[in-house]
Amino acid sequence: MDISRRTFLKTSVTGALAVSALGFDLRPAHAAVRQLKIRNATEYRTVCPYCAVGCGTIAYVHGSGGLNTKNTVIHVEGDPDSPINGGTLCPKGASQMQLAISPRLRHQPLLRRAGAADWEEVDWDTAMDWFARKFKDSRDASFRGRDDDGRVVNRADGIAWVGSATVSNEDAYLITKTMRAMGLVYIDHQARI
Amino acid sequence: MTDTLSIRRVSASPDAYIPISALRSGGPTYAKLVDIGACIGCKGCEVACKEWNDLGVEPTANFGSYQSHRDLSPKTWLLMRFNEVEVDGNLNWLIKKDACLHCEEPGCLFACPAPGAIVQYTNGIVDFNQENCIGCQYCVTGCPFDIPRFDAATRKVSKCNMCVDRVEVGLEPACVKTCPTNAISWGSKRDMLALADQKVETLNARGYENAAVYNPAGVGGTHMMYVVPHGDRLGDYSLPSDPTASPAPMTALGFMKRMGAYLMGFGVLGTLVHFLRYGPERLEEHGGHGDGPAREVPSA
Repeated sequence: MDISRRTFLKTSVTGALAVSALGFDLRPAHAAVRQLKIRNATEYRTVCPYCAVGCGTIAYVHGSGGLNTKNTVIHVEGDPDSPINGGTLCPKGASQMQLAISPRLRHQPLLRRAGAADWEEVDWDTAMDWFARKFKDSRDASFRGRDDDGRVVNRADGIAWVGSATVSNEDAYLITKTMRAMGLVYIDHQARI
Repeated sequence: MTDTLSIRRVSASPDAYIPISALRSGGPTYAKLVDIGACIGCKGCEVACKEWNDLGVEPTANFGSYQSHRDLSPKTWLLMRFNEVEVDGNLNWLIKKDACLHCEEPGCLFACPAPGAIVQYTNGIVDFNQENCIGCQYCVTGCPFDIPRFDAATRKVSKCNMCVDRVEVGLEPACVKTCPTNAISWGSKRDMLALADQKVETLNARGYENAAVYNPAGVGGTHMMYVVPHGDRLGDYSLPSDPTASPAPMTALGFMKRMGAYLMGFGVLGTLVHFLRYGPERLEEHGGHGDGPAREVPSA
């Protein structure tokens, strides 16, 4: 298309006049706010895993939950309906989404062999075999069927077990049962939630 | 535009928005009240701010203080300042939740020459709209509290926006929601002023006879107010005792814009008069085009 200078000027002036005559108002554009990022996110009520207080939290999740979808947590904040915390969270709890999404999160077990200075990344089978071997050896070495007075005790004094703060009530129950079955008496757990 | 976000003022637009605020009162005027007496310095608000606004991590270094970062930055809109001060022979942390105070008379907005880069809503929030920011940093100079921070990479200025996206849909800002000791409260400005008076009374009863509300009149009051236990030592809280902001730069800008428009108009008019008086320029009289000497066009 060939546009001469005259045609260009004519069109621009007509266009400008038309726009101002029709009353184009750009003011609403100034009020354009960032969209609420949890808009349309699914809310999941959950409990902060970090300490014994057990603050109620809401995880905001993207994804339909469909068969072919892996949901993504996009935000976590306090649950205002929780009688424990009323929506508030401490700095650690406020950052708990990182437990799920942080790129620094380790997805493989680390093993530091006896005498080694560094940790090495191993697969789960190696880690489990190593653990089972050590556990069995320690138990065999320290197991006592009877105490000094000849009473039956069947305990393994050489091992202690510290539970995790991030396990649920049910996990904690199973851990306790399993360890008691192994003969452990030194069992503790951090989060009483 | 929703009701809670009627515009009160827009940067570099001295008179354009008065009719809107006159027509629509725009619903409640919000305020955040920070009771420094109840703050334990946990920095939960800092984390919540970073988390909600997706500001990302900035590596910190221990510099002998409980404070996380040394200063605010384009990625740190909220910083708990741990001012270590000796009060009556005892070490005290005069903590300041350092973030935008959302002045009623915002110095940043008055100083901003970019239309629409800074917007003040009728609910009291002063928001930076980075799309319209030209990176001149006049707002940094104009702010009496030294809050806005310039990002050299994006050449934009940012600061706390009072979680305007949350407030718009009826939620409180992230820092308010997360505060575990109820040191930060949220509500209408009127309710917060009443609550502030109560908190001052409580502090007085506990022996802090200088407890005061920080809501400086020089900037028309603020939409983040403090209750300070040691009201006589504002300097130690790094709070200016008499901050001021004046709409003079904005008025001057409006005047200059009008002058510019007049000059442009007179220029066009002058050209027209000149054309009518002397007619179009005739090229053959000068023997060429423009001021330079005539040049031969080399034949191809």
